[in-house]
Amino acid sequence: MKAIINYIKEVVGGIKTLINGMKVTGYYISHPKEIITQQYPENKDTLKMMDRFRGEVIMPHDENNEHACTGCEACEIACPNGTIEIISDRILNEETGKKKKTIVKFVYHLQMCTMCNLCIPACPTDAIKMGQNFEHAVFDRSKLTKVLNKPESKLRAGVED
Amino acid sequence: MKFDIYDFSVLTSSIHELLRSVMGETSVMITEMVIVGIVFLTLFSVLGLVLIYIERKVCAFFQQRLGPMRVGFWGTAQTVADAIKLLLKEPLMTKSADKFLFNLAPFIIIISSFMAIAAVPFALGLQALDLNIGVFYVTAISSIGVAGILIAGWASNNKYSLIGAIRSGAQIVSYELSVGLSILTIVVLTGSLQFSEIIESQRDGWWIFRGHIPAFIAFVIFLIAGTAETNRGPFDLAEAESELTAGFHTEYSGMKFAFFFLAEFVNMFIISAIGATMFLGGWMPLHFGELTSFNEIMDFIPPLFWFLGKTFFIIFIMMWFKWTFPRLRIDQLLTLEWKYLLPINLINILIMAFIVLMGWHF
Repeated sequence: MKAIINYIKEVVGGIKTLINGMKVTGYYISHPKEIITQQYPENKDTLKMMDRFRGEVIMPHDENNEHACTGCEACEIACPNGTIEIISDRILNEETGKKKKTIVKFVYHLQMCTMCNLCIPACPTDAIKMGQNFEHAVFDRSKLTKVLNKPESKLRAGVED
Repeated sequence: MKFDIYDFSVLTSSIHELLRSVMGETSVMITEMVIVGIVFLTLFSVLGLVLIYIERKVCAFFQQRLGPMRVGFWGTAQTVADAIKLLLKEPLMTKSADKFLFNLAPFIIIISSFMAIAAVPFALGLQALDLNIGVFYVTAISSIGVAGILIAGWASNNKYSLIGAIRSGAQIVSYELSVGLSILTIVVLTGSLQFSEIIESQRDGWWIFRGHIPAFIAFVIFLIAGTAETNRGPFDLAEAESELTAGFHTEYSGMKFAFFFLAEFVNMFIISAIGATMFLGGWMPLHFGELTSFNEIMDFIPPLFWFLGKTFFIIFIMMWFKWTFPRLRIDQLLTLEWKYLLPINLINILIMAFIVLMGWHF
């Protein structure tokens, strides 16, 4: 007798769980507003990427054309596949009269980058961060090698203090 | 009855008379057979295109996606483009495959569904083959398809294909029982195996309403077992793309693959059509015993629309199953059939027979 009751309980419980599952999908099909598909080329003007999306490495510059990169090469060491290449030089600082390491070119090889995000936490001065742009298709491979520091840009004062 | 104005037998008999006036008895029969064959071939391709489009859209909306949107308005021409692509593809064949059986298998499957659809009553007077054992015929013919699957799996000379085919064999042998018994529950009520009589007996109301709870239980069991019979998810062990790449049709490409694909969807249509006929009254409009004015309003909707509406309703439920539940393991599949569906079904048919014996149904 107990076996029969358990059997019926099992059947009823099974049906209940199945109906629960069908309720979830039934909610989705009856609420077309919840559709998350974005039709990309059409919605180009209104497209907003997610905050945590990693499209490329960028170096933000402020209005005085100044960045925060000291050329410490921590990101270059952190990068697992040699995407970042920092070319620096010792340039004389006129105020102190000492030679100081300054970046000439912050070269970023986009074609090798896996967007692993290891360089961003490695940076002690928060000079680089992940950008949201994802339209990287080009016809020439050399266009993927980017120089991130803008021409004539300087190190922001007070970053090294 | 009002819906008699939509009788298709007027059209068919006029065609018959027209043919009779120009040729002899034998050639009339042959011509009519050819016409019916062409009509069904057209229906097959149209059904395939429409059902695949519906499947993709319904699946997308269940998963909060949009589905095909680019080709044509809302992607309506997508399946046409896919069909053209399949037609132009190269038919590949493995070196060590059994060539004769390999080429034969898709045709066995498509022929079995072709034969089964002949007995489906589409509307009043629109039925190719009204056998007096129609229900028995359909259940018998629809299980021939598994022979095609087994041959396909065996002839491919591929382990995955063979596993898929054997799984499908075990599945169909089991679930055939449940489909047959749940249909028998309604046959107990109607007392006839002929489709036209089964529909006629539902003139005052569909069996799912008139047959109390046993008819509803039979309907649910029919839906589950019918989904399993057509090898659709969550019972698509024969394909099981995550384990067996594509199961029995791994080695097929081009048009032969399209045959398997088409047969799956047409089989789904046939199973749904049988379910609609047995439980939801086929092309019979919705009638409630005494409400004459309500019944007359319902009669204005043509029977063909009633039939298609009910069939697509059942197809929608089957798609709902497929895109909600995860695939069963083979032991779970057989447990579900032999330990749950079959005993419930047997008790259900006993209760139904008792109800009919006492005359308790409406």
